[in-house]
Amino acid sequence: MSVDGLCKRIIPCLDVANGRTVKGVKFGNLRDIGDPVELGLLYEEQGADELTFLDISATHEQRDTVVELVNKVARNLSIPFTVGGGVNSVDTVKRLLGNGADKVTINTAAVSNPQLIDDIAIACGSQCCVLAMDVKRSGDQRWTVLVKGGRLDTGHDAMTWARQCVERGAGEILLTSWDKDGTLEGFDLELVQIFAQALPVPVIASGGARDPQSFVDVFQRGNADAALAASIFHDGTYTVAAVKEQLHKAGVTVRLC
Amino acid sequence: MKTEIDLVDIGGGNIGSISRCLERLKVNFHRVDAQSPPDGSRPLLVPGVGAFGAVIDCLRQSQLDGKLVALVKAGTPYLGICIGLQILFEGSQESPGTPGLSLVPGQVVRFQHAKVPQIGWNKLRSRNSDWPSGYAYFVNSYYPAPAQAQATLYEADYGGSFCAAIKTGNITAFQFHPEKSGPFGSELLSRWLASVS
Repeated sequence: MSVDGLCKRIIPCLDVANGRTVKGVKFGNLRDIGDPVELGLLYEEQGADELTFLDISATHEQRDTVVELVNKVARNLSIPFTVGGGVNSVDTVKRLLGNGADKVTINTAAVSNPQLIDDIAIACGSQCCVLAMDVKRSGDQRWTVLVKGGRLDTGHDAMTWARQCVERGAGEILLTSWDKDGTLEGFDLELVQIFAQALPVPVIASGGARDPQSFVDVFQRGNADAALAASIFHDGTYTVAAVKEQLHKAGVTVRLC
Repeated sequence: MKTEIDLVDIGGGNIGSISRCLERLKVNFHRVDAQSPPDGSRPLLVPGVGAFGAVIDCLRQSQLDGKLVALVKAGTPYLGICIGLQILFEGSQESPGTPGLSLVPGQVVRFQHAKVPQIGWNKLRSRNSDWPSGYAYFVNSYYPAPAQAQATLYEADYGGSFCAAIKTGNITAFQFHPEKSGPFGSELLSRWLASVS
């Protein structure tokens, strides 16, 4: 077993629209839950290892607003952050990175145009390119890839797609279980374990975080390299610090502040 | 008098992060590059991410490589971050056949590990009592292997122990990203700035 000092990462995810952090509520409405920079700083103070900001505006037409936010976040925070949501060109990636984002996630655009992954990796480096994939269980140890915010099932095999993305230059895989997302039932441990084992790049688990024990499980049983969560942090149910405390007690290597 | 430094854009991406960190630390910096090269009047901070070969080629084509080597050999303080560290060496496994600036003896080598690149926070062990231990943020597939053990400033573990930072003469360089390593990272940057003012 190799000697590793690398810590497992906790990554709060903030959905943003019109420059505000939002949360989906009934009937497709959005509730404003605060200023993204303020929330980001709070999470940083609590020990978040990275942050992810997702632009969930319907048509991503307010690219300038997102760039402005990236700029503001970069000026105030001193931990890495990733930006995503409707990113579909190398120019957009360059603009976001140039304004201070450390990484960019691509999702639907990569499925429509896989060459985009290669182009980003070549222009900006694999380490900037996080391939986000939303997957849904389709059989025994099989999952298919969803796009357009989960609205369309492409029927593509998720593992095949993930391997292709890595070959094309994706530096990390952000793997969201659509079955578990928003359910507070815990992560899909089988999904995470299979992908974390098979892929030669870090896997960020997402979807279903319920409590600090969920994180212990996703790292010890799922072998994820990082875990992303939104609701349980935004709702104030648990702090990042409380999650890390539990992880540390369970013997998981985490950065303690 | 506040320290002023030259932030050298060598064509590696992500210069935004370090710029904003310097602004947070209220450091006066001048952005220089191949078109407006540094002249040695200020310490050099050389950041960047990217492939060794591509960055070296860029430096060679613009002749910024010769200028940097001359300034460092003349004693100008140099802080390298990530690719700014790696170019100092004689070569890299990432780009066989492309010589580095050869300002520090040794090679840049690839991690032997199931997961490459290393992405995340790792615990630094200090080899110098003036520099504190702490957690720093890494995004790297390659790391420096200095020929002289005494050049190593920090070590960490990823598939075994690896050199995470060097300090030799007027050269200091970090494989990790201090500008993304919270208060600890800011402290390391401030420490370097204080040492060159």
